[in-house]
Amino acid sequence: MADFGGADLDAFRTEAREWLEANFPPALKGRGGAMYVEGAGPSGGDFGLWKKRMGDKGWGVPTWPKAYGGGGLEPAQARVLQQEMNRIGAWNPIGGMGVMMFGPTLLEYGNEDQKKTHIPKIVHGEVNWCQGFSEPGAGSDLASLQTRCEDKGDHWLVNGSKIWTSGAQWADWCFCLVRTDTTKKHEGISFLLIDMKTPGVEVRPIKLIAGASPFCETFFTDVKVPKENLVGPMNGGWTIGKRLLQHERSGLSGGGGGGGGGGMFGVSGSVPQLAKTYVGADEKGRIADSDLRFRIASHDMDRRAFQLTALRTMMESRSNQGPSAATSIMKNAGTKIGQDQAELTIEIMGNQGLGWEGDGFTSEELQAVRGWLGGKATTIFGGSAEIQNNIISKRILGLPDPINASN
Amino acid sequence: MAVLTEEQSMLRDAARTWTQEKSPVTAFRKMRDAGMPLGYDPAAFAEMAEMGWTGVIIPEEYGGSDFGYLSLGLVLEETGRTLTASPLLSSALAAASAIILGGSDAQKGAYLPKIASGELVGTLAIDEGPHHAPEKVALEAKKSGSGYTLNGAKTFVLEGMAAGVYVVSARTSGKAGDKEGITLFLVPADAKGVERKALKLADSRGAANVAFKNVEVGADAVLGDVDKGGDLLEKVLDRARAGLAAEMLGAATQAFETTLDYLKTRVQFGQVIGAFQALQHRAAKMFTDLELARSCVEAALAAIDNDSPDTPELVSLAKAKMGDTLHLVSNEMVQMHGGIGMTDAHDAGLYLKRARAAEASYGGQSYHRDRYARLNGY
Repeated sequence: MADFGGADLDAFRTEAREWLEANFPPALKGRGGAMYVEGAGPSGGDFGLWKKRMGDKGWGVPTWPKAYGGGGLEPAQARVLQQEMNRIGAWNPIGGMGVMMFGPTLLEYGNEDQKKTHIPKIVHGEVNWCQGFSEPGAGSDLASLQTRCEDKGDHWLVNGSKIWTSGAQWADWCFCLVRTDTTKKHEGISFLLIDMKTPGVEVRPIKLIAGASPFCETFFTDVKVPKENLVGPMNGGWTIGKRLLQHERSGLSGGGGGGGGGGMFGVSGSVPQLAKTYVGADEKGRIADSDLRFRIASHDMDRRAFQLTALRTMMESRSNQGPSAATSIMKNAGTKIGQDQAELTIEIMGNQGLGWEGDGFTSEELQAVRGWLGGKATTIFGGSAEIQNNIISKRILGLPDPINASN
Repeated sequence: MAVLTEEQSMLRDAARTWTQEKSPVTAFRKMRDAGMPLGYDPAAFAEMAEMGWTGVIIPEEYGGSDFGYLSLGLVLEETGRTLTASPLLSSALAAASAIILGGSDAQKGAYLPKIASGELVGTLAIDEGPHHAPEKVALEAKKSGSGYTLNGAKTFVLEGMAAGVYVVSARTSGKAGDKEGITLFLVPADAKGVERKALKLADSRGAANVAFKNVEVGADAVLGDVDKGGDLLEKVLDRARAGLAAEMLGAATQAFETTLDYLKTRVQFGQVIGAFQALQHRAAKMFTDLELARSCVEAALAAIDNDSPDTPELVSLAKAKMGDTLHLVSNEMVQMHGGIGMTDAHDAGLYLKRARAAEASYGGQSYHRDRYARLNGY
């Protein structure tokens, strides 16, 4: 696929290459996945240096406007930058929910003051954001959320609780959906920004089936929030929240968190190779267990089909055919592949794939177990697999709303 | 949908217009009910040839347009939508590929222009049992004088009654199951000792069992190298499989769209049945599988055009994923239509029958899953 832009793009490539070579600490080469854990990532040292340099340059968010510290690059230039980073094993130290979800949404819906206050800090990776959407009684039916937000004249008063606020224990700020009108459902929701240091905010980490997790419960008790922290119009938060979820889903399906790449499960190497190690091979080099072999082949082919589809949607969106309908299937397809891989992995490991902790198991085996359990969340968060199917049915296939439901 | 050139878009649009107007499913039904002996309408095939579709992959010097497999796949997708029956796949794609890849200048000159013009139908005569197994060749070709004598039989030869020439895989050494020792021959259908018998298949397409009894051919009938035909055959088959997968993509897409229309119009319990979530999620699953399968089919066709080294595995991926998807969609088409879907008057049965036949041709899902694993070293 030819890049467009010609000479200008070549000039930018040279500029990017020179800057990266001068500024990327070689010791960090290829270590992006291992180093970057949102909120809990190391500070200082080479990592801190690299983060500061990328933050100052704005290239952590290359296409965001320069006015707020972003890179101000064209999409074609951003792709060149990514290619040049890949070439030398460099990686983006600026990430998290601020970059992936909140920033793009605020750029679209925030007022000038809000953008000036919050965007530059995201650009520099200085502030961690968490998401206050789900509640104990509002999961897939998100719009039934009940966290109250009352207008007290010179401030908002917030009472209620949020669940699955991942990273809340490290977060500086939370973007929340709150209820400002109890007489309406979708039209009674507003989008509010809450400083996590405000008195009345309490965070409790949640222990999951896989053990420790980044997920938390967050409680708000008489939390006073400045009036200027409302994004968009009062009772107009649902539209903004839906837009933000689109950003979240496109991030989750990209083979990263969704599991198309499988990296999040901590298992390196291919599933077939793992099977040969644990199960053995026959004289022709085939995996000895024929039933397992066929299921592995099916999984392998699903993965390839997913990768080819990701490539196709990218090419289609670049070629001005407009957004590809295939985009809508990516979250379900990608998360299923990740879960299939995790299931196959522990099955291949046999009893060695059932360890919880301690001696008798390699770290890879223990990781496989935790990854298998933790990965079950991928078809629940970011809109469950069932909700994704509802969205495909309604938006893509044009089927009517199920009876008694509204979303 | 792959990113197309302007010429490819024009070809696809022309194919869509022609199939929708001149060759809708009703035309296939009419052909079936009339019991046309070849399993397709020769007049319709002549029109397809006039539009240049039979020459899409054939070099210009032999009367084709040298336009590539992705382009021919676009046409096959459209003919697949309306279940248009024709030798486009077996002749203009499969047999033509064999001659393009393995033929001498003389063989190309003798056969390709006629295939491109549609006046000659060629086809592959490969399998000898109920399953696709290109290495299990027992049909024997024995050296006799300067040529060969062929003895054996081929089964389920697509367009076997219409064909004027067969691409026959024969054993010149070794035993059935060996990849070495296979040689491809071009055998005219009117050669002495060729006996063909029409098969009446569930999908109403043309097919035949073909027996070769002391068939004498000259050395110039050998396609490619003696004993080395196995590799050539795999390359030819991969082209046929990718083309068939494109046809299956069209059939599955149409079967899905027809079913979706029904979900939006059929009323039960006072509402359209498409409002029921039990059906919505199954529809979403079909849509998801179709999108994934489309990526595989287009990637396989593009890999052939680019002579990419991973062509064999992409083709097996495409044939298997497309087979699974068409299998699902054709079953759901009947089920979601309910009673009407069981009637011969409805199209669902036509898609279901074509689905199974297409799945089996050139290797079914289990064949290609096994091959994919083998190609990837496990």
